[in-house]
Amino acid sequence: MKYTDSGSKDTRSGFGAGLHELGKSNPNVVALCADLTGSLKMDAFKNDFPDRFFQTGIAEANMMGIAAGMTIGGKIPFTGTFANFSTGRVYDQIRQSIAYSGKNVKICASHAGLTLGEDGATHQILEDIGLMKMLPGMTVISPCDYNQTKAATIAIADYDGPVYLRFGRPKVANFTDPNEKFEIGKAQLLQEGKDVTIIANGHLVWKALQAADQLEAKGISAEVINIHTIKPLDDAAILKSVRKTGCVVTAEEHQMNGGLGDSVAQLLATSTPTPQEFVAVNDSFGESGTPDQLLEKYGLNEASIIAAAEKVMGRR
Amino acid sequence: MNDLKNLCTQVRRDIVRMVHAVNSGHPGGSLGCTEYFVALYGEIMEYNAANFDMDGKGEDLFFLSNGHISPVFYSTLARNGFFKVDELNTFRKIDSRLQGHPTTHEGLPGVRIASGSLGQGMSVAIGAAEAKKLNNDNHLVFSLHGDGELQEGQIWEAAMYAAGKNVDNLIATIDANGQQIDGSTDDVLPMGDIGQKFAAFGWDVMTIENGNDLDSVIAGLNEAKSRTGKGKPVCIIMKTEMGAGVDFMMGTHKWHGVAPNDDQLADALGQLSSTLTDY
Repeated sequence: MKYTDSGSKDTRSGFGAGLHELGKSNPNVVALCADLTGSLKMDAFKNDFPDRFFQTGIAEANMMGIAAGMTIGGKIPFTGTFANFSTGRVYDQIRQSIAYSGKNVKICASHAGLTLGEDGATHQILEDIGLMKMLPGMTVISPCDYNQTKAATIAIADYDGPVYLRFGRPKVANFTDPNEKFEIGKAQLLQEGKDVTIIANGHLVWKALQAADQLEAKGISAEVINIHTIKPLDDAAILKSVRKTGCVVTAEEHQMNGGLGDSVAQLLATSTPTPQEFVAVNDSFGESGTPDQLLEKYGLNEASIIAAAEKVMGRR
Repeated sequence: MNDLKNLCTQVRRDIVRMVHAVNSGHPGGSLGCTEYFVALYGEIMEYNAANFDMDGKGEDLFFLSNGHISPVFYSTLARNGFFKVDELNTFRKIDSRLQGHPTTHEGLPGVRIASGSLGQGMSVAIGAAEAKKLNNDNHLVFSLHGDGELQEGQIWEAAMYAAGKNVDNLIATIDANGQQIDGSTDDVLPMGDIGQKFAAFGWDVMTIENGNDLDSVIAGLNEAKSRTGKGKPVCIIMKTEMGAGVDFMMGTHKWHGVAPNDDQLADALGQLSSTLTDY
């Protein structure tokens, strides 16, 4: 296999490392956190740049408003809390004070999806990408590993506009090139293939590569694409691949409604109607359990991707 | 001073004419806050209207949290040179920069944040105040809030933060008219003593007893300025009359969001002798 795990790491630590880099390189970057500094791995920034770190307490709505206000005066605020509290809890604040107002706020959200694990469904938001991608002008990013989350964190500081950056809690394979520059909106073709396209993001990208490996053993050539930017979507990369393979599986740690698969289906329906299968949570809340148990129970693992690939190939 | 008093009358004419023209909008709170806006932009704040810049470095900033009183905001901005007075004619019409509630989306000079969904402006003002501190900019940030708006929880998150984090370059004014859409604030949801609440949160609280007397408002805002930079955010409880200046709109919540008809407009304008040129 082309990609190897250089040593498992959590994507949230990639965010923390990227934020710390920004602290050194960009004096306009400020960070806000709603009482989850340790969980978000923001301690290094907080310790080294205390004047630019703003602890808001457990008051996420206020944090979003303060972040919007700090852009007035040229600051580049990065907010940090769990994905649930970064989106659903503060939707109207983001909608009016950030998105509609066109403010340069970076909403950085950890502990997204089922892999939050034992805390259960109250914290396992599976709707955040949908909520954020519906907002006009919002860029939505879900990187796949530590290296890519760090690179994405650094990259979004140079982009002028609101961004939602989603990452997670558990240690997962770290396999992308640590020196690769992150390009917002640019798909990453991880593995070429000709029989089926697998489009994934976040934690499901590594699972997709594993699945492709197992499909190869069955004589199926799978193309694997990492769509780390759900919005704006890299239409050209997706269309190029499905015109070759004629079928597609999308895989994500999110509700089927409103996620990456939705965006891909919308693109294909309006340009190149193509059989598609969705590996995603199907209109359900999560529950307590280990990340692996949850991914298996809710059908977000290699076996699900393989089954979806075989099914969709039969629908061509 | 006479010029500013005349301007108050003209702004009131603008307000009732704007909402009448589109048969929608919020005249009551707008009329009640006229002296505050005229004082703020005519006497209190330092700003550059001719070259509006979003960052506003080296300027005082204002945030309207209760965005529904956009008519008084728009009239004041136009009458102080942020855009041409004629543009008031486009209020709430298609393709206008003067949206029903203030926005930055259409690039209207003078507006730095969208507001309308209530309770968000104090947080934004705090953020702008924190940015000023980071930028070593000793200018002030002003915000205006309705009293009914204080029923939104985010206000109290912001109030706790501003005091707890010593945001002492912020002057938040509460338009205490005691009215909201469904009735008096006491009928809808009694809030008790608002000033005591802010004081309990750690703010420096002062009162403007007659928020519809221009001299009192100017004196009060100057007093508030003198209290900044001392470790506490400053809160002004500004007592106003909803609908002030138009007798049949006063003493009731009913003109919160209702436009006058032709006869009522004529009646209102008759009470507001023209002082400058109508748009």
